[in-house]
Amino acid sequence: MAPAEATWRRLWPLFALLGIVVAIALIASFTPAVLQRRTTQGLINLIAVVGLYVFVGNSGVLSFGNVAFMAIGAYVSALLTMKPAAKSVFLPDLPTIVAHAEWSTFAGALAGGFIAALTGLVVGWPLMRLSGVSASIATFAILVVAYVVFGNWTAVTGGQNSLMGLPAYVDVWTALGWAIAAIVVAFVYQETRSALLLRASREDQAAAQAAGVNIVLHRLVAFVISAFVSGVAGVLLGHFLGIVRVESFYLDLTFLIVAMLIIGGRGSLTGAVAGAVVIAVLTELLRQIEVGLQLGHTMIVVPAGLGDVILALVMLLIILFRPNGIAGGRELAWPFGRRSA
Amino acid sequence: MKEFVQILADALSVGSLYALTALGIGLIFGVMRLINFAHGELITFSAYTLLALFGLPLPVMLTGALAVGIALALATERAAFRPLRNADPTTLLISSFAVSFFLQKLLVLLVGSRLKGLNFLPELGRKVELSGVRLQLLQIVTVAVSIVLLVGLTWFLRATRLGLQMRGAAEDFRMARVLGVRANRVIATAFALSGILAAAVSCLIVIQTGVVQPRMGLQLVIIAFVGTVIGGLGSLPGAALGGFLVGVGSILLQALLPPDIRAFREAFVFIGVALVLLFRPQGLIPAAGLRERI
Repeated sequence: MAPAEATWRRLWPLFALLGIVVAIALIASFTPAVLQRRTTQGLINLIAVVGLYVFVGNSGVLSFGNVAFMAIGAYVSALLTMKPAAKSVFLPDLPTIVAHAEWSTFAGALAGGFIAALTGLVVGWPLMRLSGVSASIATFAILVVAYVVFGNWTAVTGGQNSLMGLPAYVDVWTALGWAIAAIVVAFVYQETRSALLLRASREDQAAAQAAGVNIVLHRLVAFVISAFVSGVAGVLLGHFLGIVRVESFYLDLTFLIVAMLIIGGRGSLTGAVAGAVVIAVLTELLRQIEVGLQLGHTMIVVPAGLGDVILALVMLLIILFRPNGIAGGRELAWPFGRRSA
Repeated sequence: MKEFVQILADALSVGSLYALTALGIGLIFGVMRLINFAHGELITFSAYTLLALFGLPLPVMLTGALAVGIALALATERAAFRPLRNADPTTLLISSFAVSFFLQKLLVLLVGSRLKGLNFLPELGRKVELSGVRLQLLQIVTVAVSIVLLVGLTWFLRATRLGLQMRGAAEDFRMARVLGVRANRVIATAFALSGILAAAVSCLIVIQTGVVQPRMGLQLVIIAFVGTVIGGLGSLPGAALGGFLVGVGSILLQALLPPDIRAFREAFVFIGVALVLLFRPQGLIPAAGLRERI
């Protein structure tokens, strides 16, 4: 009996988090269409936060570059899945192979994630050698480069014009499926030897190095997996909105995703999921108040834009008073009694 | 030849702006290992002060911008960075990221996110003839202001007691405190200096572009960050050099690249940066106090 229980204890955070996410999607499926769309968007954000967590949580290095991988995923999948007729109208100068491609949405999503991961491998190679804070700033450079390239590469991305007419296939269930996949990937990865060594280097770089941990290699592994998950999140966001604009993959999205991870707690997968859920709920409440909230006989209305200010303030308060976020760097605890041994 | 001098003047003035910005960031990093995103908002808020005071006499506007830059720098230090003084650099980085977005979103809430025109000191846009070459007056002013600030800062760090304490603190903060350096005073001074640098950059950039918008500071700071990283985090000459090189590089690429790929110049600058880091991960002028002892 004992080994079985130990296995269950180990897997508990995974199943608990999957249960929460599935429950959210199930509840949302009974709500009006507007709320369903918000939930879908929330799940996509959750995938993006989990993607960011895979690198940030395990390595301890903050990345501002993951939204660039989202952009890569979104553009790749859009170009591969759009109807050739639509592409010949919007992007007449597209290379022939891409212009004639009409992949299935699933293949497009995998390709988006794969190209994002490949980019992560190529740019991560030099950047992962940098020490902590320098590496964070360098990841910001990835974001800027992606923004500049996508915003000006008119033949392929439409440049400053939006890329329209991609199949808007993402609903609650698609987002749920990918969210489950993302959580499983993040959990399985963090149970591997490579992730354990990486977390050791996060706690004490000198000690880990002295013990023979190849920090650069393990960081790179985390970065590539993180880029893949972020890429898929970008694919879903593009196909959810039905439109890809370079502006929607820049500073505001970066701020949102980073804030979610920090507020939830960057040290654990539970934290990543908690941050995405809590902020989604908070944002939705604020949105209701911005429209106008009836409370007894008084109507409470706050100016638009207050939500962002409050989000930034919450993030600041969290980092000042609870630097490890809501989850405090821990995974969900086994609720059925203490360890028997 | 004339064209070349013109490009050189462009490169020098843009390079100086980035050098000043990178220096403001480098000062703070030196004393507290903080990468200050909110430096951008010091620039933005100073610029909006110019907008608010527009029409008043020039000295009032400049004093106002300077006062707001310094006051905001000190306020952010007191509220968001002092409580985290013993935290690790990543926590400080996150805190400054949050402060930066808080101030930026607050500004959007108060005045909106649209560009606002501001015709500040249009006389400086005039061209002057200097031994046969026509230069914009503003470019000369920018370079001159930068040199004055650089010399002033160097004098402050070399010749005053507080400057000496600041250099000591940048080298080894704990040791400096043991020897009687007052941590709060040194750090507050560094923030005040970064506020001055930010206000100066803000005035110059407003004259140059003629517009203000809530994201103007952050855009500058992102480029300047990269400058401080290639210069060598924690080294002031490194920050100034790195910022200058990034600015000069982007202008030279703008001038020399074929027109159809000119829009990608920032991408090329950053790729250049990645190459520099590949060979010198500690930056061009590594800081003495930060050398890893492993």
